[in-house]
Amino acid sequence: MFQAFKALMKRDLLLAFRHRGELANPLLFFFMIVTLFPLGVSPEVTLLRKIAPGVIWIAALLAALFSLENLFRSDFEDGALEQMLLSPQPLSLLVLAKVLAHWLVSGLPMLLLAPLLGLLLAMPEPAIAALELTLAIGTPLLSLIGAIGVALTVGLRRGGVLLTLLIMPLYIPVLIFATNAVTAAAAGMPIAGQIYFLASLLVLALTLAPLAIAAALRISVS
Amino acid sequence: MPSPNPTLINAPLAVVDLECIRGDNLLFSGLNFSLREGQLMQIEGANGSGKTSLLRILAGLSRSSEGQVLWEGEDILKHRTAYFSQVAYLGHTLGVKSDLSPVENLKISLALANIRFDEEAVYRVLEQTGLAGKEDMPARSLSAGQKQRVALARLLVCPAKLWIMDEPFTALDVSGVGLVRELLEGHLQRGGMAVLTSHQAVEVRGNIVRVNLSDG
Amino acid sequence: MWQFLHKLASPRYFYDITGKWIPWLGGLTVMTLLAGLYYGLLKAPPDYQQGESYRIMFIHVPAAWMSMFIYVLMAFWSGINLIWNIKLADVMTVSSATLGASFTFLALMTGSLWGKPMWGAWWVWDARLTSELILLFLYLGYIALVAAIEDRRTAARAGGVLILVGVVNIPIIHYSVEWWNTLHQGPTVTKLDKPSIHLSMLIPLLIMAVSFKLYYLTVVLMRARAEVLDRERRSAWVRELFGAKLAN
Repeated sequence: MFQAFKALMKRDLLLAFRHRGELANPLLFFFMIVTLFPLGVSPEVTLLRKIAPGVIWIAALLAALFSLENLFRSDFEDGALEQMLLSPQPLSLLVLAKVLAHWLVSGLPMLLLAPLLGLLLAMPEPAIAALELTLAIGTPLLSLIGAIGVALTVGLRRGGVLLTLLIMPLYIPVLIFATNAVTAAAAGMPIAGQIYFLASLLVLALTLAPLAIAAALRISVS
Repeated sequence: MPSPNPTLINAPLAVVDLECIRGDNLLFSGLNFSLREGQLMQIEGANGSGKTSLLRILAGLSRSSEGQVLWEGEDILKHRTAYFSQVAYLGHTLGVKSDLSPVENLKISLALANIRFDEEAVYRVLEQTGLAGKEDMPARSLSAGQKQRVALARLLVCPAKLWIMDEPFTALDVSGVGLVRELLEGHLQRGGMAVLTSHQAVEVRGNIVRVNLSDG
Repeated sequence: MWQFLHKLASPRYFYDITGKWIPWLGGLTVMTLLAGLYYGLLKAPPDYQQGESYRIMFIHVPAAWMSMFIYVLMAFWSGINLIWNIKLADVMTVSSATLGASFTFLALMTGSLWGKPMWGAWWVWDARLTSELILLFLYLGYIALVAAIEDRRTAARAGGVLILVGVVNIPIIHYSVEWWNTLHQGPTVTKLDKPSIHLSMLIPLLIMAVSFKLYYLTVVLMRARAEVLDRERRSAWVRELFGAKLAN
């Protein structure tokens, strides 16, 4: 069972590596959205510092959705998805392997880029640390929740905007708790409560999302 | 609902009162047939008569609007794991990743079927399907026919009792058609079963059943 | 009871029996609506703080209740459809969606109208209103998904997965928004939910709630009957039914 999990994850990582040019795109997207704010709102440091957690997190939400869109797309087009659905292995485990591989190549790099963005928006150090922590828990959550929407829309030609409509409302709790943790950290307040909440959401998503993704794929590919 | 005919259920694969609606079109309804070991079923019908839909229902990918597909007397949708370990499906889209080599493609198919990867066996099968020398090239550089051969190799490395093939002869040259025929004959002789659609008349020796969807 | 439910799941029986129910349900809806409006708008005393403007509550609160209720009901039917593959369940889900969205919209509109005299603004990021807004997004997402998928059965099943995911998320969203709201606005005076309510206001409120439920039931059954006919239009009973009507 775990052989299939490992093999599928390895395959997706290998495929990502062979298309490594494309890996930078969501990151650039993430970066650019954040740069728009000082230009569009104001470069004033106190204001930037105030809106920084929200700005970075909203950019992360959009970048996550943007990169997720292709999670099942190529597998759907070349029939590899059908073969996956016809495997006697539990489908929820296989989709978890794919989501995990996807997070490693898209979510993890965002974690590396985020401190730089924090500096650009004049965030204090404790806030940057909190940002990293919330992104570490939050981006896998975004991938898991988003993958449900991707699975539901994979057979549709214009799935992109629809995906956003379906998934954005479900991202709201993550956004609220993550940005609040960062803001609290900047003010020197404890953030354990918010982090525990995010962590419990992650546990919930890890258990339930793969089932929903698997069910959604079976329906979409029928 | 009429109770299913008991002789149908004794066969490994039985289709009971199957109906398929796609969008607003009724493709077929009241379809009943069964398939035994060593039998090949060729599904005929005009374009749009629901051949591919039927194959996808048989493979457990799609749902019928009415009726059931039974494998050893059990509804396949309720016993997916048991059924999927006995079935191989070769669809329009081959399931061959063009960024991976044939060997890498087969490796993942084996892992999904929960079969240990035996490098020697994989190379042997690729040679048998006429891909000697291409084993480690990315599938992108292969022709459509060669990609189809990679998919055929999957049938050989993952032993399945029932082969479901959608137009397995398209894109293949004369030797490719010969290869598919040879594979099918061997499969039937070993007691395997196959369901396929094809525009061409198939000259496979063995016990062949035909179903025509256009007859209604 | 079980047998009755089983029978009800057959499209034809459903069509016949609900046809008999609908006039009664419609009548009851009108009666309770008139009674509720009469007691709510004319009989109930004005509020000592808010004067007359609080009366919009008799629309707003039941609409907000319905918006949640219908979503949960849709999740229930989706679950039945996905597990037992009962077609009537997905007919009910699909028929409920626009009604649920309308009630949500009504709750938002009346909340906004109520907000103007209370807060001096058409929109305030109050926890209840924000939750309603997100709920509206969830409904609209469902409607958009079902509309985007061509095959009806597939659309209903895909929508069902989305609704079930949504229903797990609703308490989480609700809690997050409440929490966010208390952080950002301090303990605001939420005019929309008062801790205690006088009996003379409670009774019309409950009558209105019953009336809204009856309205939903009437309309959802009408929509479901139309949907059943459309889906079953190839079947013998539908042809027989309409063949006979045309002959008359």
